[in-house]
Amino acid sequence: AAASVGILDVDLCGPSIPRMLRVCRPEVHQCEAGWVPVYTDQQQNLALMSIGFLLEDPDEAVVWRGPKKTALIGQFVRDVAWGELDILLVDTPPGTSDEHLAVVENLRKHKIDGAVLVTTPQAVSTGDVRREITFCKKTGVQILGLIENMSGFVCPHCSECSNIFSKGGGEELAKLTGSEFLGSVPLDPLLTHSLEEGSNFLQAFPESATFSAINNIAQKLLLHMKDG
Amino acid sequence: MADVPSDAPQHCPGTSSEQAGKTSACQGCPNQSLCASGAAKAPDPAIEEIKVKLATVKHKIVVLSGKGGVGKSTFSANLAHALASDASTEVALLDVDICGPSVPKIMGVEGEQVHQSGSGWSPVYVEDNLAVMSIGFLLGSPDDAVIWRGPKKNGMIKQFLRDVDWGELDYLIVDTPPGTSDEHLSVVQYLSAARIDGAVIITTPQEVSLQDVRKEIRFCQKVNLPVIGVVENMSGFECPKCKNTSQIFPPTTGGAERMCEELGLPLLGKVPLDPRIGKNCDEGKSFLSEVPDSAAALAYQGIVKSNYSFSHSSSQCSV
Repeated sequence: AAASVGILDVDLCGPSIPRMLRVCRPEVHQCEAGWVPVYTDQQQNLALMSIGFLLEDPDEAVVWRGPKKTALIGQFVRDVAWGELDILLVDTPPGTSDEHLAVVENLRKHKIDGAVLVTTPQAVSTGDVRREITFCKKTGVQILGLIENMSGFVCPHCSECSNIFSKGGGEELAKLTGSEFLGSVPLDPLLTHSLEEGSNFLQAFPESATFSAINNIAQKLLLHMKDG
Repeated sequence: MADVPSDAPQHCPGTSSEQAGKTSACQGCPNQSLCASGAAKAPDPAIEEIKVKLATVKHKIVVLSGKGGVGKSTFSANLAHALASDASTEVALLDVDICGPSVPKIMGVEGEQVHQSGSGWSPVYVEDNLAVMSIGFLLGSPDDAVIWRGPKKNGMIKQFLRDVDWGELDYLIVDTPPGTSDEHLSVVQYLSAARIDGAVIITTPQEVSLQDVRKEIRFCQKVNLPVIGVVENMSGFECPKCKNTSQIFPPTTGGAERMCEELGLPLLGKVPLDPRIGKNCDEGKSFLSEVPDSAAALAYQGIVKSNYSFSHSSSQCSV
């Protein structure tokens, strides 16, 4: 049976997930139990809540200081009627600030399995993710592992591999900090195109190297959650 | 920090916030009625102090993006290097990304220390005419995390603008984290008397990025910050072997070009993906000096010229 998954998008200034899942302009309804999340599929296996749904005008800027962001994230955690979920994924903006603290503080009582950290291969990126690792350690969030994204590009014309954003930095960082390295995901125009259109890349390109990479990571995480 | 008093409760919104005295966190705080009455919202004296301090800074440019990872800091660093390539131009780069301060590494001055003197904090000099300030210099270890809420970040930004001894500058470039939040509001607020020339907004070609750029542009309109223009980064990749170009981040809705046409904003330029850009950033070298004949370097140079024109035409209109 398919797992039932919820995504909570707490990137309040730049909420991208609605577009990526092709659910841009629905309305958020209230029920007795709270806000009803938006379902991205007929079977209601994938639910999403994002500030993107609460804006009248999609180009409207959310120019909020920390306390207001903290308050909304608290509401998202408390007042969304997720129903029975196997997994709740929380997507955060970059940083170690209000949003991240709000998520940890509000979810702590519901038990956080852990955090997945995403980096690109170069040192400039891993340099910031080191600090993110410290954030997790300081806030008591277990690190499920690191992912190296945008890891190499295979030219669709001649198959030459170019390491546009360098390579290997994510794996090195995992070693350096004693975290598990979950895997690398390559740069793939087919993936970015799918995200633009909100189409399901995994369904459309199951033979691709990118699919394998993402699937392997997902399987590792599912194992963690079974053991955890 | 003056914004969050020492007797403030947890989650204090800050005395100069719109929410001062009004949030649930304010219940029971000894300052609640003072804040709610608006008395604490008198203009921050630091705004005038910063105006005086930055009177010796001719041009101030803020680099913004809606999304993370689009190349803001890379652009800010390259802009700083390009402007400073003329030895008679004094340039400084201020990094207000408090949680993810990349600028020291990109500028090749990671691990340097900041010193205090009678005239304030001295920035770190990359060249005689190119200075950098970042919270990165104040952190003891590359693992140190700055786990600060908004008010504390705002206080740091105020200090950077008021207490750094920048000296005489032709250009102060302010590199920001992605978004439209505390850091951005604080930069605009604290520089409100000192006058910012304008903002350069960085994007990648896809709609997922552009949809956040439109919000960033709205932010600029809201706070009366002129937009110098938009830079489209990661604009195509030419395979070094077969020379075919791939749109790794596809401009499915026309890219920055169409968005700029629709909004009546200048497209300052399009910078292609080039592995040497990231490599030089990692090594703390100037991409423009190392690979000056590359398509990306030529694109950057064109963008820098547009910035220069904007700053010099707007200065003719300055009060």
